[in-house]
Amino acid sequence: MKKRFLNSIKICLPVFFATAAIHFSRGQEEIQIQKQINVPGQTKPIPVALEGFSGEVADVLKFDLYVQGFSFVAPDAAQYQISGTVAGSVQGRVVDRVAKSTMLSRSYTGASLRRQAHAFSDDIVQAITGKKGIGQTKIAFKAQAANGNGEIYVADFDGHNAQSVTHDNTIVAAPAWVPGRLALYYDSYKLDNPDVWYHNLTTGQRHIVARYSGSNISPAVSPDGSKVAMILSKNGSPDVWVGDADGSNLKQLTATPEDESSPCWSPDGQWICFATRVSERRVLAKVPAGGGAIQRIPTAGAPNPTEPDWSPDGKWIAFTSQTAGFDICVVPADGGAPTVLVQGEDPSWSPNSRTLIFARRTGGHYVLSVLDVFTKQVKDIARISGNDSQPGWAR
Amino acid sequence: MKMMKLTCLLAFTLAVVLAATGCRNHRPVGVTPLPRGAGSTIPEASPGPTLAGDQNAGGGPLANIEDINGMAADRTALAGYTVHFAYDSAAVRKSEKANVQAAADALSRDSSTKLLIEGNCDERGTEEYNRSLGERRALAVRKELVKRGLDPTRVFTKSYGKDRPVDSGHDESAWAKNRRDDFVLLHPKSGS
Repeated sequence: MKKRFLNSIKICLPVFFATAAIHFSRGQEEIQIQKQINVPGQTKPIPVALEGFSGEVADVLKFDLYVQGFSFVAPDAAQYQISGTVAGSVQGRVVDRVAKSTMLSRSYTGASLRRQAHAFSDDIVQAITGKKGIGQTKIAFKAQAANGNGEIYVADFDGHNAQSVTHDNTIVAAPAWVPGRLALYYDSYKLDNPDVWYHNLTTGQRHIVARYSGSNISPAVSPDGSKVAMILSKNGSPDVWVGDADGSNLKQLTATPEDESSPCWSPDGQWICFATRVSERRVLAKVPAGGGAIQRIPTAGAPNPTEPDWSPDGKWIAFTSQTAGFDICVVPADGGAPTVLVQGEDPSWSPNSRTLIFARRTGGHYVLSVLDVFTKQVKDIARISGNDSQPGWAR
Repeated sequence: MKMMKLTCLLAFTLAVVLAATGCRNHRPVGVTPLPRGAGSTIPEASPGPTLAGDQNAGGGPLANIEDINGMAADRTALAGYTVHFAYDSAAVRKSEKANVQAAADALSRDSSTKLLIEGNCDERGTEEYNRSLGERRALAVRKELVKRGLDPTRVFTKSYGKDRPVDSGHDESAWAKNRRDDFVLLHPKSGS
């Protein structure tokens, strides 16, 4: 009998694992289903109930989850119940009310309550969507004074803990992160000319990457950090150039009489996408990073495209379309119809390719906002100056 | 066989019950320690290099960017000859050619002078787009001057995009004033 029981366990174990596998694949199926309905601007938010949190922690959780596609509903209408306490430190758990299981139960220590709340929001997003959250990510941006001068800032993605990284009181522009590093490229008029600078945020050391006659602007760092694409006008017209990280070994990738602008890299490092003009009409185009023929990226229905940014997962190119105002749009990187999302300019993708940060004009000034691309849920982040723009998401 | 099935079912049920019981246990099962402080602190920027030698060592028709350092800027001499542009255009219109000629004449009168053309845009385009458009506007006028026989290495260009409007209004009359190239006449600094 005992032997038989053991045998049955032996047989049973694989069966049990098979069941688990089915459960797992069911989970996969659900994720796939979610992917299918993840259409930019048309996805329904995930209903959650938030209970037990107060003050700053509640504010952080609400902000983080809202801009990652969650909506807050009464407990009985929620798919997931998020509850916990803030007694000196954050404790939280997530219960799947449909499957009636605890998905997450965790306490957080150290740092600030704010940081703990962000860490919890990341765990919530990971548990429910299977994707890495954006709660603890960083952004860089430009804060401009009324006289046009400004400084480059670095902050949490929600605008908190902002720190000025320059103190030059000059025109600055277009901060771009080196992927995976605490380092930026940006444009500064500090030496009375728009030059491209590299700035190591750990040491404070910086140096000039490009300073030629005319424009040296719009730096974009390759995914592996080894190259930088820029707009230089040293050959008589603003063109796309690419060089090594220190600005050496420059290669001219476009030679049009038009004004190219805002280069960005495909995540595989093979392409550089930029804005240019064909027959007096603004278009998006891409060129092989090593040089070659320029190809149009169709954006029919979203006129006057500029400021492209390629999503880290390679699937989308976000850009600004200009009509009477400005709209944030996304278009499949491999071609297809663009989707107009919300009013705004200069989108930059989050590391998980789901959220965009962008600048929005209000009363002649810019404020920064974050947008969940799939649900179109959008919120302004904390303001540093009266005029914050050109956000770049660290990734 | 029936027994085996039953045991299987039991084992599975047990697993589910265990999981479900875990859910009623309100003590967190994991602890995430976070680093002290709100995050890394960014040190002050270094002052950066002093003016270095021109990296455009190849020469060519462009001005040497560092040559501008020995020059004193005179913003008034050609202040009345600002070149204006149509919306979203870098074409030098016929109505503006007299202003271009005035700059050409000033340069011709004194061979020690040089010229800085500052390209500007109205606020309607996106930021980096405007920075490129402003440069194209400055380069378009530079081209006109070269056509008139001026040495291209005497002419510098600089785009401010939409960062230096002369009129901060948000209507067409303000925008028309802001779509412009300003001329800055450069004289050798005394002693240089």
